[in-house]
Amino acid sequence: MPTVGVKRDLLFQALGRTYTDEEFDELCFEFGLELDEITSEKDIISREQGDQKAEGASDVILYKIDVPANRYDLLCLEGLVRGLQVFKEKMEAPRYRRVSPVNGDPQRLIITEDTAGVRPHAVAAVLRNITFTPERYESFIELQEKLHQNVCRKRTLVAIGTHDLDTVSGPFTYTAKAPNDIRFRPLNQSQEYTATQLMSLYKTDSHLRHYLHIIEDEPLYPVIYDSNGIVLSMPPIINGDHSKISVNTKNVFIECTATDLTKAKIVLDMVVTMFSEYCAEPFTVEEAEVVYPDGRMFSYPELAYRTETISADFINRRVGVKESAESIAQLLTRMCLRSEVAGDDGQIQVEIPPTRSDVIHACDIMEDAAMAYGFNNITRTTPRTYTVANQLPLNKLTELLRMDLAAAGFTEALTFALCSQEDIADKLGKNISETRAVHISNPKTAEFQVARTTLLSGLLKTVAANRKMPLPLKLFEISDVVLKDETTGQYVGARNNRRLCAVYYNKTPGFEVIHGLLDRVMQLLEVRPGRKHGYYIQAAEDSTFFPGRCAEIFSHGESVGRLGVLHPDVISGFELTMPCSALEINIEHFL
Amino acid sequence: MADSGLLESVLRLVEKVDGGVDSQDVAGGLSVDHQVVVGAVKSLQALGEVIEATQRSSKHWEVTGEGNEILEQGSHEARVFKAIPEEGLPQSELMKLPSGKVGFSKAMSNKWIRLDKGHEGGPRVFRTVDSIEDAVREKLQQVKKGQSSQLEEKEKNELKKRKLLTEVTVKSYWITKGSNFSTTITKQETELTPEMIASGSWREKKFKPYNFEAMGVAPDSGHLHPLMKVRTQFRQIFLEMGFTEMPTNNFIESSFWNFDSLFQPQQHPARDQHDTFFLSDPALAHEFPPDYLERVKKVHSEGGFGSQGYKYDWKIEEAQKNILRTHTTAVSARMLYKLAQQEKFTPVKYFSIDRVFRNETLDATHLAEFHQIEGVVADYGLTLGDLMGVLHQFFTKLGLKKWVEVGNSGVFRPEMLLPMGLPEEVSVIAWGLSLERPTMIKYGINNIRELVGHKVNLQMVYDSPVCRLDS
Repeated sequence: MPTVGVKRDLLFQALGRTYTDEEFDELCFEFGLELDEITSEKDIISREQGDQKAEGASDVILYKIDVPANRYDLLCLEGLVRGLQVFKEKMEAPRYRRVSPVNGDPQRLIITEDTAGVRPHAVAAVLRNITFTPERYESFIELQEKLHQNVCRKRTLVAIGTHDLDTVSGPFTYTAKAPNDIRFRPLNQSQEYTATQLMSLYKTDSHLRHYLHIIEDEPLYPVIYDSNGIVLSMPPIINGDHSKISVNTKNVFIECTATDLTKAKIVLDMVVTMFSEYCAEPFTVEEAEVVYPDGRMFSYPELAYRTETISADFINRRVGVKESAESIAQLLTRMCLRSEVAGDDGQIQVEIPPTRSDVIHACDIMEDAAMAYGFNNITRTTPRTYTVANQLPLNKLTELLRMDLAAAGFTEALTFALCSQEDIADKLGKNISETRAVHISNPKTAEFQVARTTLLSGLLKTVAANRKMPLPLKLFEISDVVLKDETTGQYVGARNNRRLCAVYYNKTPGFEVIHGLLDRVMQLLEVRPGRKHGYYIQAAEDSTFFPGRCAEIFSHGESVGRLGVLHPDVISGFELTMPCSALEINIEHFL
Repeated sequence: MADSGLLESVLRLVEKVDGGVDSQDVAGGLSVDHQVVVGAVKSLQALGEVIEATQRSSKHWEVTGEGNEILEQGSHEARVFKAIPEEGLPQSELMKLPSGKVGFSKAMSNKWIRLDKGHEGGPRVFRTVDSIEDAVREKLQQVKKGQSSQLEEKEKNELKKRKLLTEVTVKSYWITKGSNFSTTITKQETELTPEMIASGSWREKKFKPYNFEAMGVAPDSGHLHPLMKVRTQFRQIFLEMGFTEMPTNNFIESSFWNFDSLFQPQQHPARDQHDTFFLSDPALAHEFPPDYLERVKKVHSEGGFGSQGYKYDWKIEEAQKNILRTHTTAVSARMLYKLAQQEKFTPVKYFSIDRVFRNETLDATHLAEFHQIEGVVADYGLTLGDLMGVLHQFFTKLGLKKWVEVGNSGVFRPEMLLPMGLPEEVSVIAWGLSLERPTMIKYGINNIRELVGHKVNLQMVYDSPVCRLDS
């Protein structure tokens, strides 16, 4: 969930009234937001970097508000205020209009073929005769950053560039060039660099270095020029300094380059709907044309309104209320979804504005109606769904065995399903290739290299962490290991296997104790000792165990596991000092 | 136990006095060491209400070893004085005496002797008085006699400084008659024996009282892990509510079932390398239900089923990627798909509690793996009111009031359900929470590593109470 920080007093000024913290918290809740924190810049710096650094920082009160992940229209003060005012019926939702320039042709952005391999899409628009103030300007920059972090997926899908239109001249060309062939003075730098130089310059930039990977290995980098060859931007990394906007900028040219055209249109719509409020003619946006290499031409921003027809009955049945069509239309209108009852069979026409890209299905309209109605006002009901409960047989057996293993004097451990290769191979005297382990491709540390193929290493690590406890240590775990298996019905090439593992750690190996536990487990599973229809153990070779002290366990003629005294190298490998015997069996055999 | 002769002697002494007696006086009266009397007092206490004894402490002065030597042989300075004949003694000789150094300086300051530095043949010491009074020895004698109170504090501290006296704290008992006072001792039995039961001799015997203040002997037992005890209770709650357990024993899942089938777009940050564990071996899943796969692809890339869709280029390669499942909802999706393939839809209530995996940054409350609890209800015409009603029932059983903070809930989207083939009028409500979080709240544990994993303290496991969630 993105968090938006707004200055409290600015917010209240825009809302036309003040609230106590509690009142505002309540308002947020009603509107589906959460007032996460009340703080100040000073508080934040002091918390993150210490009191000293915070000295002199602003102590203007900030509200940190959690906004639902797909509500991009609430990511800035302008949008929050508009949403809340409409919700409180203090204003009607504005209508956003795309207009043609008063004089001359629309700005034009021409896409060349070279962009196809790296970042093939672009959209653009102009905010004409805008009036910034320091606060508005700050909010404008901040919104772009929030969009970059969220819907733009850290600039991978979409990157926004905003320019002072009066410093450049169209038509603009969006192309891609070899890094050494791009040369310009980037934002806030005093000299020109080639793109290659820039990439190394920004390696240490705490902000920009996170975006370098997006184009770093591409043969051609995206770049936008004006008709005089001035670089507007090298998306998705940096804008040119020449066209940078300031608080005094009057005409803003906005371009969004993208790998996902749908998202680019949404982002452009968000930027212009939020800030066209400050244009000479509020809520109008001057169109720009984008020409693709194949000659197709599109006008942006789309600012598309869409109408959905839903029935009051649908809303009532899904929410669990009994509201009239008129009342539902009013609820939806308060959520910026202008609605009207159409005809007298309870049909409602709902208009979805360009700011509500999150509304993609009638169920989203239903949810907005429920929110405006107030979730807490909905009567809680019990579904009449009649069902008979069943336990999963494997889990039922596991639960029963756990109780009896504890009754047999063993204590339950709970160890991780992920571990290092070393844990399940080297330390147990095995080769990783013989373990059938599944391997993780992106572990952050060695602890998460593989899924375990045995419960034994987890139990031995538990013993190692508890060497100070009185002996003997008797531990067990019943849980899943993961094995590669191409024959599984789930088609992922691996399956879980439920195991029972126990260890006995003492001054003597205690094979008889572990053997006794096996006998008890078999008794619990109603398997009698015997060769053909029962269970027996038979000497086996296993590098995890001390030679001559390992046996394989057979039940109904099938191998189900092993028991024995651990090899001294295994004991030392887990940083243990005492002899130890262990048992591990597959319990799925006994279902 | 002290011998009964001594015990009875003590009792007789106690009998003679009315208000009680101090154990030190008893030791004096019986001419035995005080510690022996203390032992006797403890033995008598163990017999029940024979005596009452309250502990008290007193300070008194005692002569040290060196002090005792002075009592016998006189103070060092006196010994030095005695050692000097009429004609004097060379200083070097004097210093060879055992009391030489200390005695010389003290005798000098007492002006009992003088030193002639210029004497022929080296410095020589002479007496200056004919006789002396050995005040140090006399003071020590007073202390020895128990008359230390007659000495001034200054004098005692001076002797303490010279390590001739020490101040000791003596713990003694003030002994009075108990409610069962008697001067004779009956031997008490410690335990009832089979012989006593057979012969009936237990009727005549007195039994040593038990010390009910002491802890019992810990039973030699095994223990269940606290998190697993809580899991058992959650299973119980779901079963009581009529929910059937889902088969969640598949940690490895394809991105298709984990994300795509849930209408999670392929660019969603949860599908990032930083959030999800991907597999290198086996890297890819295969064989998805072909018709269903097409419908999922369509609803993502073009929309349909009443949805605008996400309108992006959906790729099978992305869906094939194997991962460690990030939620058990992947299993719910498989179950709902299976349900949709039935000839006729039947309502279901499902639950699961099992491990899920996140490639996240670890901290005190986040591990790379945790247990997810999930409940799912699918039926015709379920409402948001039903969702809230079921949640209320569930969390009431948990005894958790602030449940909103520990879980998530919602209604599955039509873009997920309709491609599966579920009837349009069927709603599916679901909720989920972690098993660890409520367990940590319940048991007051702040660091998740103290609860889960091999670093757990087994003593915590041994000591953990039974789990009753609703109390």
